[in-house]
Amino acid sequence: MNFSAVLRQLNFDLLIFRRNPAATFFTVILPLIFLVLFTSIFGNGTLDNGARVSTVYVPGILTLAIVSATAVNVAITMTTRRERGVLKRVRGTPIQPEVFVLSQSLAGTVIAFVMTVIMTVIGRVLYGVSLQFETLPSLIISLIVGAMSFAAIGLAMTSIISSEDAAPAVTNAVFLPLYFISGVFVPNDQVPAWVGQVGNLFPVSHLNQALQESFDPFADGPAWPWNHWLVILGWGVFGLVVTLKRFRWTPNR
Amino acid sequence: MENAIDVTGLSMHYDDFVAVDNIDLQVTTGEILAFLGQNGAGKTTTIEILEGFRQRTSGTVSVLGHDPQDAPLSWREKIGIVLQESEPVPELTAGEAVRMQASYYSNPRNAEETLEVVGLTDSADQRTRKLSGGQKRRLDLALALVGDPDLVFLDEPTTGFDPSARRESWGMIEALREIGKTVLLTTHYMDEAEHLADRIVVIGAGKIVARGTAEELANKVDARTRITWKPGAGDPSPPEQFSVVTNDFGNAQVSTDDTLASMHALTNWAIEAGVDLTDLNVARPTLEDVYLELTKDTGR
Repeated sequence: MNFSAVLRQLNFDLLIFRRNPAATFFTVILPLIFLVLFTSIFGNGTLDNGARVSTVYVPGILTLAIVSATAVNVAITMTTRRERGVLKRVRGTPIQPEVFVLSQSLAGTVIAFVMTVIMTVIGRVLYGVSLQFETLPSLIISLIVGAMSFAAIGLAMTSIISSEDAAPAVTNAVFLPLYFISGVFVPNDQVPAWVGQVGNLFPVSHLNQALQESFDPFADGPAWPWNHWLVILGWGVFGLVVTLKRFRWTPNR
Repeated sequence: MENAIDVTGLSMHYDDFVAVDNIDLQVTTGEILAFLGQNGAGKTTTIEILEGFRQRTSGTVSVLGHDPQDAPLSWREKIGIVLQESEPVPELTAGEAVRMQASYYSNPRNAEETLEVVGLTDSADQRTRKLSGGQKRRLDLALALVGDPDLVFLDEPTTGFDPSARRESWGMIEALREIGKTVLLTTHYMDEAEHLADRIVVIGAGKIVARGTAEELANKVDARTRITWKPGAGDPSPPEQFSVVTNDFGNAQVSTDDTLASMHALTNWAIEAGVDLTDLNVARPTLEDVYLELTKDTGR
């Protein structure tokens, strides 16, 4: 793999992302609106463990931001590029296909990283959310594992989505319900147990739980949520397998 | 010199449908060859096999010395492709799109210079979404040329263009000849093939029906002058000697090698018989007629 080629393409992919108003709104602005709204409306309540509800909204909405920057963004961007013949043209050049796909996934990871910094700062300054230095390595690992796995899931969704118009609909239909049952919008201890169990089958809930541990104000010592990482990675590998089997470079018409 | 493209016995089947049926095709290095056929004749299927986008059913194919089906990625360094339908990335400017494409090649042409070749220098800083249809097609060509290919594929480069945009595109394609590129272009316009190509290969229903220069093709069909008129209801039949037939438009038609003598005899008869010879017309068959004649039995 040619890493300087990946970096060159990454540069272009981040530029393209910045200039796409829909992508920036849904990935950057909307999570910030959600963060401010949810913490303003529900943030003063208290959780079972005595912490303020606002402390769970930063990792919760951060989960949404990461999924949005990777899975949703990759699925919509790649489907659009495929249907408009952009991918076919790329396939006609000497660039390694992996370079192009990896760059798109890394672009999502970089955006997710930036969102993590922004939301942590907002959470710290406006809502007094704590982040201990001991849990920082765990947060970074959750971010990388989550971003790369959800990027692979986004590629897998691209392989299945048939048209450009269907891409936003399919990604919303998949992830919007998952946010509700994965503790993103509604803290996990406030939904019926069975709802949480259904949510636990999917990776969104595990990313949320892994991030919650990093932001847990009562955590003693570093958090290493291996079980959650493994479930997320498992879904990521599943996404990769579907991608390798089904991904097409030519338009579906 | 080795042929840039060498195809023998190429066939492509989709289930029961035979899209391409046992065709041979050679493109000499440095020539512009037009692959002419109606929609659905098998042009795009063939060109996509040559570009390495499709796996053929049978036959041997060599493009710049490699079989496209298992050519290494480096093979693509020397090939430029203008696809029939592909949009540029809308968020980039024309200049950025060309620079991004250039970054995929190890020895690309200079991006600015490439924009100049296609006449897009003034629009280099425009977002591609704001470009007109004609400018987008120029950008397509710039993207195909920036890798500095030896061989350029153009799949229906002017379909859907108005006449002035077509003329302009033709100028650009002729410029490719001047910089020494080998070009394979598909088209369903006879005049385009005649104007641009050194040689024309006509495909109909997946088979090659004719090949040669425009002049050679014209000689393959009945090239005699046609005299036509609209027969009136009560007209007496013209004498046997004219061998009058009824053409596709229901008009009476006489084919002749000696236009002057035939006209003289015909008008003499018409005056004596009191026939009007309404809409009398004398014409040599156009290349369009030649093309329709060549492909008429194929149906596609």
